[in-house]
Amino acid sequence: MVIKKAYVETTDRMLRTLELSFLNKEDAKAFRFIPGQFCELSILGKGEAPFGIASSPTENGSLKFTINKAGVVTTALHHLAEGAEIGIRGPLGNGYPIDLFKGKNVLVIGGGFAFTTLRSLIVYLSHPENRSRVKDITVIYGARMPGLLLYKEELTQWEKRSDLNLVVTVDWGDKDWKGKVGLVPNVLEEVAPSSENTYAVICGPPIMIKFTFPKLMALRFPNERIYTSLEKRMKCGIGKCGRCNIGYLYVCKDGPVFSYAQLEKLPKDY
Amino acid sequence: MKLKLDKKDFKPFLQSLMDEYDLFAPVQLVEGVSVFKKIDHPDEIDLSHPNSQKPAKELFFPQSETMLRYEKVGEQNQMTSAEEVKRERILFGARPCDIEAISILEKVFVSEEYTDVYFLEKRKKTTIIGLGCNHPLSTCFCSSAGGDPFLRAGSDLFFIDLGEAYFVELLTEKGMVFHKNKFFKEADPKDLTFVKELEDKAFEKIGFSIPVDGIEKRLDLMAESSFWDRVHEKCIGCRICTYLCPTCHCFDIVDEGEHQRGQRVRNWDSCLSPLYSLETSGHNPRPTGRERTRQRIMHKFNYYPKNFNRVACVGCGRCILYCPVNIDIRQIINVTSPKERHRVKDEFL
Repeated sequence: MVIKKAYVETTDRMLRTLELSFLNKEDAKAFRFIPGQFCELSILGKGEAPFGIASSPTENGSLKFTINKAGVVTTALHHLAEGAEIGIRGPLGNGYPIDLFKGKNVLVIGGGFAFTTLRSLIVYLSHPENRSRVKDITVIYGARMPGLLLYKEELTQWEKRSDLNLVVTVDWGDKDWKGKVGLVPNVLEEVAPSSENTYAVICGPPIMIKFTFPKLMALRFPNERIYTSLEKRMKCGIGKCGRCNIGYLYVCKDGPVFSYAQLEKLPKDY
Repeated sequence: MKLKLDKKDFKPFLQSLMDEYDLFAPVQLVEGVSVFKKIDHPDEIDLSHPNSQKPAKELFFPQSETMLRYEKVGEQNQMTSAEEVKRERILFGARPCDIEAISILEKVFVSEEYTDVYFLEKRKKTTIIGLGCNHPLSTCFCSSAGGDPFLRAGSDLFFIDLGEAYFVELLTEKGMVFHKNKFFKEADPKDLTFVKELEDKAFEKIGFSIPVDGIEKRLDLMAESSFWDRVHEKCIGCRICTYLCPTCHCFDIVDEGEHQRGQRVRNWDSCLSPLYSLETSGHNPRPTGRERTRQRIMHKFNYYPKNFNRVACVGCGRCILYCPVNIDIRQIINVTSPKERHRVKDEFL
């Protein structure tokens, strides 16, 4: 794939979004995915690493990935210029259970840079073609600081929409910040969305997930209607190399999206 | 089809195989170290070891394997995929445990969802000649891990050493190719009796059994048991048990080379390494030997059985034989059984 556009998302310059397009039309046509799936991106000589797809299947023509600069491959991906070519394998994994969301309310809870595949889900669900398939969409999204929020322009647009209830929060505000200040689990408690007929989808740092689950329980969300997307160290992405297992399931091929009901039965190996 | 091959015809027979196939057989690499290797002459074969140090899995899942090569030509990256197996191959002299292990690996590598082309290519182009185990070692426990010293399953041809000759069975289509081989003779009824005797004797030699029945369910209840706090303590993390295990199949993928040219390689990896699950963020879901040892045991006796209805251990005993600190997987499994726990309690608990 070729990097069509690349830009830094956050003030700490650790998150960069790459917009990629396929080099040939057949590949572009054959590539079908659902929100929540991921791909292995690779740079020859550096290696391969898995990234959640940040764009929605409704956004034709390009794929979007937001990459946190952390290791060898991600650093190399940060240094590539527009026009550079990289390798891709995917789509991999199961994705969010969008079929289950039909006729239901959807509560999306995101924290930090794990918001990428949730962006895919929100864009997908709020697309004119799909919006009528689900009822209310509520989004609670938090970052440590205003400068670390992803997709700021889109957040502004979503805020204006009447068919999407967006709550953005930061752990620490700055002098220009006029929005909410507070940790995601606390903001969830405050917003207190009804659990009736509602699916909750959470993606964020482990510490956020840990404190969000009890709040959802308190709101009477049943385990079967809470979904989260997990990350583990991964190599092959197709359930062979062994390392991303949680019990008998593999995050790469049986996940990365699991219901809390599923996770309850598995060892806490993540 | 029951045949036999006189020992005097053994080497000419192997030579004739080499005309048509690449022949892989046990070879003594250095004193005491036996591995499966492609041979150029029948004299290289060494069948004196009861079992090779490195399992036959290497033939299908090499320790280090190139997945693709790349080279930058001008502005273009040229990539070539791994070389295909050009000549049909014969694996000679693998023991039933190693052969059973190949089918355990096959369930992982060849599935409806995703097929591993590197494994499948080698598996498809290999005919397996199994060799019965007349002399199981004290560390062998195949008969309680779903196998036996003379298990034919997985072999295309099966050889049993009768002393002066090999008893030969042709078991599959791939094996039947050899039914007119000029070196094979019809077996006598008395050979059959002798085979039976050898089988009975070998079974008697396996003095140890592990309680495999119901192990999956028992381990379900032991995920958070204090048992794991102790059982790993001896382990020094050398990982030899996983590298020499014929069913262990974890691998790492790395790029070797630089921007201009290089290759993407997969190497054997081990769940007993702290780096195995260490994430870039610094988070490690399996931070100590406790979680890593639990993963090794649970994968073989709980996770794999949940997915494929069979324990991922064939009882070859390599992990016991080569462990530098004498960790014995049989004892670990015994502790999970209420009946046996009492007997081995002092070892761990």
